[in-house]
Amino acid sequence: MRGGARRRWLSTAGFYALAGLFMLPTVFVFYWMITLSLKPQIEATAYPPSFVRFSVTLAGYREVFTKYPFFLYTWNSLVVATGCTLLGLAVGLPAAYSIAHWRQQRLAVMILVARIIPGIAYLIPWYIFFRNLRMVDTYGALILTHLIVGLPIIIWVMISFFEDVPPDLEDAGLIDGCSHLGVFWRIALPLVKPGVVATAILSFVFSWNNFLFSVILAGRTTRTLPIAVYTMISYEEINWGTLAAAATLITLPVLLVALLAQRHIVTGLTFGAVKQ
Amino acid sequence: MLSRWAHRHASWLFPAPAVVLVATIIVYPIAYTGWMSLHEWFASSLTGPRFIGLANYGKIVLGDARFREAVVRTLYFTTLAVAAETLLGVAMALLFNREFWGRGLLRTLAILPMVATPTAIALVFVMMYHPTLGVANYLVSLVGLSPFRWTYSSQTALYALALVDVWQWTPLIMLIALAGLASLPREPYEAAHLDGATPLQALWHITLPLLRPALVVAILFRAIDALKTFDIIFVMTQGGPANSSETINILLFNQAFSYFNMGYSASMAVALFALVMGASLILIKVRRSTTW
Repeated sequence: MRGGARRRWLSTAGFYALAGLFMLPTVFVFYWMITLSLKPQIEATAYPPSFVRFSVTLAGYREVFTKYPFFLYTWNSLVVATGCTLLGLAVGLPAAYSIAHWRQQRLAVMILVARIIPGIAYLIPWYIFFRNLRMVDTYGALILTHLIVGLPIIIWVMISFFEDVPPDLEDAGLIDGCSHLGVFWRIALPLVKPGVVATAILSFVFSWNNFLFSVILAGRTTRTLPIAVYTMISYEEINWGTLAAAATLITLPVLLVALLAQRHIVTGLTFGAVKQ
Repeated sequence: MLSRWAHRHASWLFPAPAVVLVATIIVYPIAYTGWMSLHEWFASSLTGPRFIGLANYGKIVLGDARFREAVVRTLYFTTLAVAAETLLGVAMALLFNREFWGRGLLRTLAILPMVATPTAIALVFVMMYHPTLGVANYLVSLVGLSPFRWTYSSQTALYALALVDVWQWTPLIMLIALAGLASLPREPYEAAHLDGATPLQALWHITLPLLRPALVVAILFRAIDALKTFDIIFVMTQGGPANSSETINILLFNQAFSYFNMGYSASMAVALFALVMGASLILIKVRRSTTW
């Protein structure tokens, strides 16, 4: 008996050791990012690097805000991500309801194709259009283009939520004299509220992270955070603490927001193919 | 009166705004890219596009060695990254497919790399990969290996970039495989156990075949996105050193936005789209043709 208990203990210990080994890289990169952002320059570039014992300074963070217009970048990212998400929900929710309710498979396929097409294929014509319209470096151009990433995810994930709404409820609403708009607004939408929150978060995160569209279409006044980080590297910012502080400031908000929607993130990333 | 009309036509009024928007921001640009690919035009010049038929395509297929190399590199990067992610992801899913303390924490940790801003992650890896000051070479030396030059050498740059992709996306495959494992039936295992099958045989003959549909979906999405990888490569190497990490996306981006060679880069965009579509169709076919 005692041998059996011991073997079970060993296998549990072995499991956790293996689990820790697998998850170590995930944790380490974030740990390294945050600790680098807190280290003074001499210790940030010290070799061999210090993992646990180092002096803590907020100089990197101070520099990010004093040397660069970081508040402006953050504001730009917020405006674009919020605008893209609100517009995406306003347009995407009725479409998703319609696809689920009236089984409009063709529309669904169209949305899927939009997900597959490489973003750069849109970027060439957009650049020409927005340049001709003198809309490069405007929030409008960024919000519209970020919708390409956000809208398909919103529609696709919400289809599966709307499909779960019992048809009896919708029929009852129609018999009671509700219009389709009334059924959508007063019956279906309140039932899928968790889905709306999750897709809103997903769309926000994807817009926040977007680099490819913004690097071309954002300018001096609308530059978003990922572009700001990129310009920091290309301008040879050599202070690692500052670079790591910028990386941390960009990433932490999305990590925190994403935790709220964690059950739906895989659904969103796989376009509803895998429900968690 | 109006509301009654709206009610009767609700099935197309509801999706109408989305369709209009998708048509303007997706369909129209794609058509424009297709049209542009048949022309020669530099966005920096004052003259308009000149129709040259399929000459751009002829050039990318036959004449442009750099494009051909980029295609091979893109496929190599994708295969490498997705294969590593699949192997690791499935292994991790098999390990974690049990009740244990910390399961919720595991899921939380797993989603963090997938949602973290790629540009910021790339920046952190740039510092970790630094040949003399980076922590990567220190960790490598702890294991007793000699240091690498990571993204700073043309021999290793593509692998170092694939490693970032693997770091970011292995958890996705793991979570999908975990979801697949959770929905497996019990009966085949009981039957196999009665027939005296070893756990390894059960894994090979029951678990993996049953997991296949879920895995194909996972691989499909990963392959589509890996073919299109842009952010990390652009931030970390810009295609260098010496073009050693120049994928189609990077080559295309530079042709379009450094040289403003719009017609030519549009034809590359069409080629990239064909590649992504082809990969998707192959995977969908593999999924259909199997019986499970």
